[in-house]
Amino acid sequence: MNFIRNSVVPVGTVLLVILVLWYAFAVILNAPFERDQAARAGTTISTSQLITNTMKQERPVLPAPHQVAEEIRKTVFDISPTSKRSLVYHGWVTLSSTLLGFALGTLLGILLAIAIVHSRTLDKSLMPWIITSQTVPILAIAPMIIVVLNAVNITGLLPKAMISTYLSFFPVAVGMVKGLRSPEIMHLDLMRTYNASKAQVFWKLRWPASMPYLFTSMKIAVAISLVGAIVGELPTGAVAGIGARLLAGSYYGQTVQIWAALIAAALMAAVLVSLIGLIANLVNRRMGVRT
Amino acid sequence: MTVVALRPKAKTMADAAPKNVIDVNELSLVFQTNDGPVNALSNINLAVGGGEFVSFIGPSGCGKTTLLRVIADLEQPTSGSISVNGMTPSEARQKRAYGYVFQAAALYPWRTIAGNISLPLEVMGIPKAERKDRIARNLELVNLSGFEKKFPWQLSGGMQQRASIARALSFDPHLLLMDEPFGALDEIVRDHLNEELLKLWAKTQKTVVFVTHSIPEAVFLSTKIVVMSPRPGRIHEIIDCDLGPERTLDIRETPKFLEIAHRVREGLRHGHSYDAAHL
Ligand SMILES: Nc1ncnc2c1ncn2[C@@H]1O[C@H](COP(=O)(O)OP(=O)(O)OP(=O)(O)O)[C@@H](O)[C@H]1O
Ligand SMILES: [Mg+2]
Repeated sequence: MNFIRNSVVPVGTVLLVILVLWYAFAVILNAPFERDQAARAGTTISTSQLITNTMKQERPVLPAPHQVAEEIRKTVFDISPTSKRSLVYHGWVTLSSTLLGFALGTLLGILLAIAIVHSRTLDKSLMPWIITSQTVPILAIAPMIIVVLNAVNITGLLPKAMISTYLSFFPVAVGMVKGLRSPEIMHLDLMRTYNASKAQVFWKLRWPASMPYLFTSMKIAVAISLVGAIVGELPTGAVAGIGARLLAGSYYGQTVQIWAALIAAALMAAVLVSLIGLIANLVNRRMGVRT
Repeated sequence: MTVVALRPKAKTMADAAPKNVIDVNELSLVFQTNDGPVNALSNINLAVGGGEFVSFIGPSGCGKTTLLRVIADLEQPTSGSISVNGMTPSEARQKRAYGYVFQAAALYPWRTIAGNISLPLEVMGIPKAERKDRIARNLELVNLSGFEKKFPWQLSGGMQQRASIARALSFDPHLLLMDEPFGALDEIVRDHLNEELLKLWAKTQKTVVFVTHSIPEAVFLSTKIVVMSPRPGRIHEIIDCDLGPERTLDIRETPKFLEIAHRVREGLRHGHSYDAAHL
């Protein structure tokens, strides 16, 4: 009951509003084309006819939700996942490089944070670079990463994953620096009275104290890992992946395909973020977090 | 003033080592803050013998916590010397010479009560079976048996503080440094824990340094009461207080108890008026 009241109702309401707005805009944006057609044919078109027509164009400016849903259904269920026309195939390509990049980025972020928290010099010298790294536009740096790695014969999954890593290590590093520094002075003093080693302070105090920060930053990291993977698919000649679907779709004016790929990416991000939320909840329960 | 007269004569390391657990000589500590230096401790001289129960009492900000932290090597003195078990505080800390009870419970929120008491034992590498044993024993001591699996937030403030005492006792240190351990407790629980602490002290021959704001508590527990006064933080007077080993709460009605309590109160008042005259 609570779940329905607290989650289903509000989320459902927002979804409904979005759908209504989406249909409205589909009609408004696709109507000029229908009027043009009618004018060219020298006929007039009734409003109800206009509205039905705007929702079944082949290349609409904005496809209606059911068109996108149909496209997703077709490319997910009707087409074999091994086919290059299958959304599952492209989704998997993007997902695998997202996950690899995210895993590497999280690891890198944690390691950097550990180094920074334990060394004043590294704090002073690394932090500015970490921040600078994120001011470089990813669209500019992505092709270079791909090209450079290709030149040294690293191809396939890894170069794309590197772009995800490049984006996702940042929130984890920043979040974990904060998290590893979050223990109160008194909790640190207590360890000092036990003459605990740095490793013990880390594993018994800093690490558990940083868990909320870790999961929050991992949620951000996984979402931008997906963005990174998609961006990374663009300069590779758009062979496979959600990014390839987007690029190919815009080449050939296949707006329905573009929107299907976009929605698929959004759903994937939502699932990934909630998965991390789920893990966070499990860990929280074990750590006795008050609910 | 009395301060000078009460200063114990300086001891050489040779005769200090075997007898006194804590020896403080002409110790001063100045905190450098943004609003200028703060004289937290000034010319402190103090000797604490093995098995003594010494209380620090004095108004807020007179440096009780700071002095305790210096003994624990959590704060470095600016000048003067101090030895703990005949060593520097740092060496003593590395030998895990003392258990420290903070002014707040300072339990780790992600550990259960048993887990919190297990913490020092884990750090000190005590095997699991013995840890279990000691956790049970010390929880029973502070009347918290049955709360092993609870998390700190599920306990009242007083229970949390008792758990933190159990934690400090769990590795059986000879020296206990306690910073207002019962400050947040109600009168009844406080009385009870005072009795328990006294029993424990009498049984184990531990040396206890105890910070409090309560005159009856100090008189009831201590063999020696150190009255401190603020700005700069210093020892105003040291009052011997031996009510004998067998004390019950009833002793608080006896003339001897009341007389010592009166002396402590007078000492505190003098410390204050000295302070006021200098403002
Ligand atoms: N880390 C610090 N930096 C600067 N000043 C400090 C620091 N710690 C304590 N002080 C100052 O030193 C003085 C003594 O503080 P301390 O905490 O020892 O007092 P206290 O006697 O324990 O007081 P209370 O009874 O309120 O606990 C105070 O004036 C305080 O402001
Ligand atoms: Mg204090």
